[in-house]
Amino acid sequence: MLLEGKKLLITGVLDPRSIAFFAAKVAQEQGAEVVLTGFGRGRRLTERAAARLDPVPDILELDVTVPEHIGAVAADLEQRWGRLDGLLHAIGFAPASCLDGGFLTSPWEDVSTALQVSTYSYAALASGLKELLAVGPGSVVGLDFDAQVAWPGYDWMGVAKAGLEAANRYLARDLGPLGIRANLVAAGPLHTMAARSIGTIGAFEHLWTERAPLGWDTRDPEPVGRVVCSLLSDWMPAVTGEVVHVDGGVHAMGGPVAPVPQNEPHAPIGE
Amino acid sequence: MSQELLAVFTEVLTEEFGVPEDEIAAEATFEALGLDSLDVVELTLVLEEKVGVKLEDEELEDVRTVQDAIDKVEEKQA
Repeated sequence: MLLEGKKLLITGVLDPRSIAFFAAKVAQEQGAEVVLTGFGRGRRLTERAAARLDPVPDILELDVTVPEHIGAVAADLEQRWGRLDGLLHAIGFAPASCLDGGFLTSPWEDVSTALQVSTYSYAALASGLKELLAVGPGSVVGLDFDAQVAWPGYDWMGVAKAGLEAANRYLARDLGPLGIRANLVAAGPLHTMAARSIGTIGAFEHLWTERAPLGWDTRDPEPVGRVVCSLLSDWMPAVTGEVVHVDGGVHAMGGPVAPVPQNEPHAPIGE
Repeated sequence: MSQELLAVFTEVLTEEFGVPEDEIAAEATFEALGLDSLDVVELTLVLEEKVGVKLEDEELEDVRTVQDAIDKVEEKQA
């Protein structure tokens, strides 16, 4: 199995539609031992989602904005496993003012929250767990939404994701010498709770209908979960600082994918 | 059927969400019962387990009251 015996920490399982839920499910099916994190108001939801995994994983309290929580998670994993083979950072948050057209008006306090939770925490969490990850050596994966262009409604979250892409490169630089890989998965739009909080996400979903040469199902996070598991496995060695697009191919297209033209039968030549 | 579902909702809302039973009525809004959007998502997970009906996001957009939710569940059961 792809992840036989791997010890993984998976954050961001909020409900059974979360990308992280599918990553955890596929990881378990592939032989990994999984621990989840959750916190605050979302904790009950995480527990309900966890109950649908087999075996039901433990849930550690983790608010990534609290350094003591990161320390406590590291201490727990040290005692539990003595190492960490893989970390999925599936954490992002932006106050409502930062989304849906608030780009020019969101106050710094809100923007700073978005950047702290969605960008800084990727490096902070990986750094807090690096001694455990160095044993494996392990793999760190984060979740991205292609930040090369501006999207309708995504606003400061788009800036946070651009920062995440840069942070991933620096994380790859600084964790590489320990043997730890750091990569992002840029997924196409999915009907997760995270997406639900962005009111105008519908404004760019149609692009995937028009531009995905492989097609794209906004209701199926499993392809993303599978790629996350691939990056957590031993089968992506020497890959770090990378952004893998799991988007049906949209990032590579400059326009709509035209239906394949059917060749008209040639008119008979001559008579 | 609607009465049975109201009983299921009442049980779930009192036991899982701590809503006082005397506040629960078909016409009560989830907001008035003190449920926020995360609670409503949690409620859909519990309902999926209890009555085997999975409500999708779009279907929740116009759900305000307990009766609205009962109607949606019945619609999907039909």
